[in-house]
Amino acid sequence: MTAVDEGTATTAPGRAKSVGTGLKRKEDARLVTGNTNWTDNIQLPGMQYMAFLRSPMAHARITRIDVTPALSKPGVVAAFSAKEIGDKLGSQPCVWPVTDDIKIPSYPALATDEVRFVGECVAVVVASDRYAAADALEAIEVDYEPLPAVVDMRAAIADGADLVHSDMGTNSSYTWKLNGGDYAAAKAKADRVFTRQYVNQRLIPMPMEPRAVVAAPTGSDGELTLWTSTQIPHIVRVLLALTAGIPEHKLRIIAPDVGGGFGSKLQFYREETIAAVVALEIGRPVKWVETRSENAQATHHGRDQLQEIEVAITNEGKILGMRVDLLANMGAYMMIITPGIPILGAWMYHSIYKMEAYDFTCTGVFTTTTPTDAYRGAGRPEATFAVERLMDDLAAELKMDPLELRKMNWIENHEFPYESISGMTYDSGNYEAATEKAVAMFDYDGLRAEQKQRRESGDTMQLGIGISTFTEMCGLAPSRVLSALKYVAGGWEHSTIRVLPTGKVEVVTGTSPHGQGHVTAWSQIAADQLGVDPDDVTVIYGDTQSSPYGMDTYGSRSLVVGGMAVVAAAEKVVEKARVIAAHMLEADPGDLEFVDGAFGVKGSPGTTKTIQEIAFAAFTSHDLPDGVEPTLQGVSTVDPQSFSFPHGTHLCAIDVDTETGMSKIRKYVCVDDIGNVVNPMIVEGQVHGGLAQGIAQALYEEAVYDDAGNLVTGSLVDYLVPAAPDLPFFDTDRTVTPSTTNPLGVKGVGEAGTIASTPAVVNAVVDALRHLGVQDVRMAMTPERVWRAIQDAQGGGSGAADGGERTAEGTIAYGGASTESTAGGESA
Amino acid sequence: MVKITVTVDGQSRTEDVEPRLLLVHYLREKVGKVGTPVGCDTSNCGACTVSMDGQTVKSCSVLAVQADGSSVTTIEGLADGEWHQVQKSFKECHGLQCGYCTPGMIMASVDLLKENPHPSEAEIRDGLEGNLCRCTGYHNIVKAVQHAAAAGGAQ
Repeated sequence: MTAVDEGTATTAPGRAKSVGTGLKRKEDARLVTGNTNWTDNIQLPGMQYMAFLRSPMAHARITRIDVTPALSKPGVVAAFSAKEIGDKLGSQPCVWPVTDDIKIPSYPALATDEVRFVGECVAVVVASDRYAAADALEAIEVDYEPLPAVVDMRAAIADGADLVHSDMGTNSSYTWKLNGGDYAAAKAKADRVFTRQYVNQRLIPMPMEPRAVVAAPTGSDGELTLWTSTQIPHIVRVLLALTAGIPEHKLRIIAPDVGGGFGSKLQFYREETIAAVVALEIGRPVKWVETRSENAQATHHGRDQLQEIEVAITNEGKILGMRVDLLANMGAYMMIITPGIPILGAWMYHSIYKMEAYDFTCTGVFTTTTPTDAYRGAGRPEATFAVERLMDDLAAELKMDPLELRKMNWIENHEFPYESISGMTYDSGNYEAATEKAVAMFDYDGLRAEQKQRRESGDTMQLGIGISTFTEMCGLAPSRVLSALKYVAGGWEHSTIRVLPTGKVEVVTGTSPHGQGHVTAWSQIAADQLGVDPDDVTVIYGDTQSSPYGMDTYGSRSLVVGGMAVVAAAEKVVEKARVIAAHMLEADPGDLEFVDGAFGVKGSPGTTKTIQEIAFAAFTSHDLPDGVEPTLQGVSTVDPQSFSFPHGTHLCAIDVDTETGMSKIRKYVCVDDIGNVVNPMIVEGQVHGGLAQGIAQALYEEAVYDDAGNLVTGSLVDYLVPAAPDLPFFDTDRTVTPSTTNPLGVKGVGEAGTIASTPAVVNAVVDALRHLGVQDVRMAMTPERVWRAIQDAQGGGSGAADGGERTAEGTIAYGGASTESTAGGESA
Repeated sequence: MVKITVTVDGQSRTEDVEPRLLLVHYLREKVGKVGTPVGCDTSNCGACTVSMDGQTVKSCSVLAVQADGSSVTTIEGLADGEWHQVQKSFKECHGLQCGYCTPGMIMASVDLLKENPHPSEAEIRDGLEGNLCRCTGYHNIVKAVQHAAAAGGAQ
């Protein structure tokens, strides 16, 4: 064991840094061989299976429920409705009451007297296998008395509307405002006011792994272990303790391998509460695995906003002020951060643009639909969509090149750090550089020339070019900011690093990866900080017993917050090691330098002590300096000082067949600036996946309810998650403008592609058709919608030429987007 | 109950199953081959893709009794001492993130290359149409199949 050799080591030649290299992922060996640990893989002795009876109606009173007939079915060991165990379940929590007077309804885990969306849990059966449990559901007797479905947001807040929660007297949960400057004054001095209305449709997150839960009583005194397919094991532990009254110290939550989340597993679900309570009730382990159809109905949805956005401008196109008015669909209940999702977009509608005034209002609306909550980007894709659609539409109105309009209004590189009109300080950015690079990669001028030629020749295949120059705020979040926003928890992150006696390294992280590659990236960071090989680092996560502190993974926070905790913990390891090394080298700690994993005396090459030698000395602790504790570890909990603001320029060229309405992306170029990069291979993968989801919102995906409140896109048959033929190769590149708010100079990347890409694609389709009179096409831009938009525009009809509803009749009716523009500052 | 004999990843076993038992549940819960996951209930996602007598099947769409007398290869039986080239290429090209679709995606890719050892990009995309991935945008999956094809992955 070299670690105890008293011999000397000479300073090795410089160790190659791992950060910045595309190290192949450590995670993959298990995943490509099927050696996985999904929640559904867990088998425990005596384990029973749960199945849920769900509401078939959007809104109804439960006048009678009887689970006892299910008890006589084969294999059934128990069945419960709220009558039997409602008292033990509590109400599912909402942790983000965004205003003082917000209305947050009770949200019982099992419906008590009323159901308010299709898919709501009404009863649970516990049986010996999943088939028997599903069979027995049919025996449960429920009488429903139908109540009016409430599916349209505008109708929901009209006078005399049917109510989702009758005791509240309104379907409006809250109205939240944010102001910067004096918008009325900006509007008064503007040459023109330009107003647009957009629909940001409802989406279903659809991670490939549906949710799954296993709950097991593990002790004699009410202890419980809960495996759950979640992004947030630590938060689930706190919330389960608070909700179901299970003492926190008796709860162990494990997020094993998790097959994607995209925000949908940033949630504390009623099925988790029920599994925990039922397992304790029957004294046996229980498992529940969500079917895809249940996933579509009962896992929270995303987006769903009606957006009105207005800018006060000069005749030259300079933006003086912006007003945003949103209706945001909450669904039937408030889940953990439902009300806050549209609010997260409040700081992003003005985006990269300078202005004197900004006026933001959001009203949260209850409907009898699946609750909404975080979906990749969470409020920021909606904001970016509205403002970037607006910029392209405004450029068309002003007969300007849309890039030139953006350049006239964006924050210039020399102006950073820049305090935005809503009070956020953007740390760094270089919109010019990213745009210049993207334009060159795209051959912008060449494609514009081809577009002109095709328009002039009346080609049935038209070419559109769409632009999106975006920024986003990520890295949730400074705890003091969260406090100001009335979010009930903090935004810190934790790491413990242990250097083991043999010199190997354990990194404990509070982040909870589910595809992002933290094991690889955190290994790279720790390896560089400690001067060891990434292969000698292991990363421990996702289990509240082995990783007791954490705020988990969402909001592009893991690297910029969790990664910084790894850096800080490593610094503490080095700090402690320095004292021990000085003792071993009989030198003053201040005279030592730590280079490539070894301490030596500055300016005198020769004797050094490696981190591994020091770790062994700290383990034996035979000869430690006075006051130094045995073992070599560093512990750090980091609260971020600020958000980080990635940005980029996305350009989309799309061919639109004007005879069929079929759109096909010909070229997609994006240049993202996410500061310094830990692993470029992983970063590129994150961008690709983000692009796919953003493009899918533009072209393919839409959760559709009929007017009775039935989700008609309730499976992968009806809800079009794109497959390989539906997407192109992406041309991605980066510029690097390091963040100034964290030691690695990194910014988040997990949501960037999704936030940026949706408006680029819609702008491209509209650009292809604008000369035909089309001003907007509703998402998802199906061939039918594109075709109808062309027909409406060509026919000169008075209806909105945006393609209209996805299904002509019987579906949710927002009344179509208005595409009027007004001049002279008269518009309200 | 029906008695069936199935060879799974080289090992033959005989047991009684319910006639309605899906092959994927047989594999996962009777044989313990939990490397093959379930992603949907409409045979759209392809996560449960396995090879049955040399043909890829979505094991959620096959009854266990239909597999009587068959030989089934899952992701867990694909490596023959060392990883199959397609497995290597998926890692090399970062063709996976969360990994949930990966077993089905790899099994489908192996079959695709067996039928067409040198596919074009469009042929790869069309060939994998029955397998959904939510993480990668397919970019690196297509690259991985191209990489495997170039490395002679059809074997």
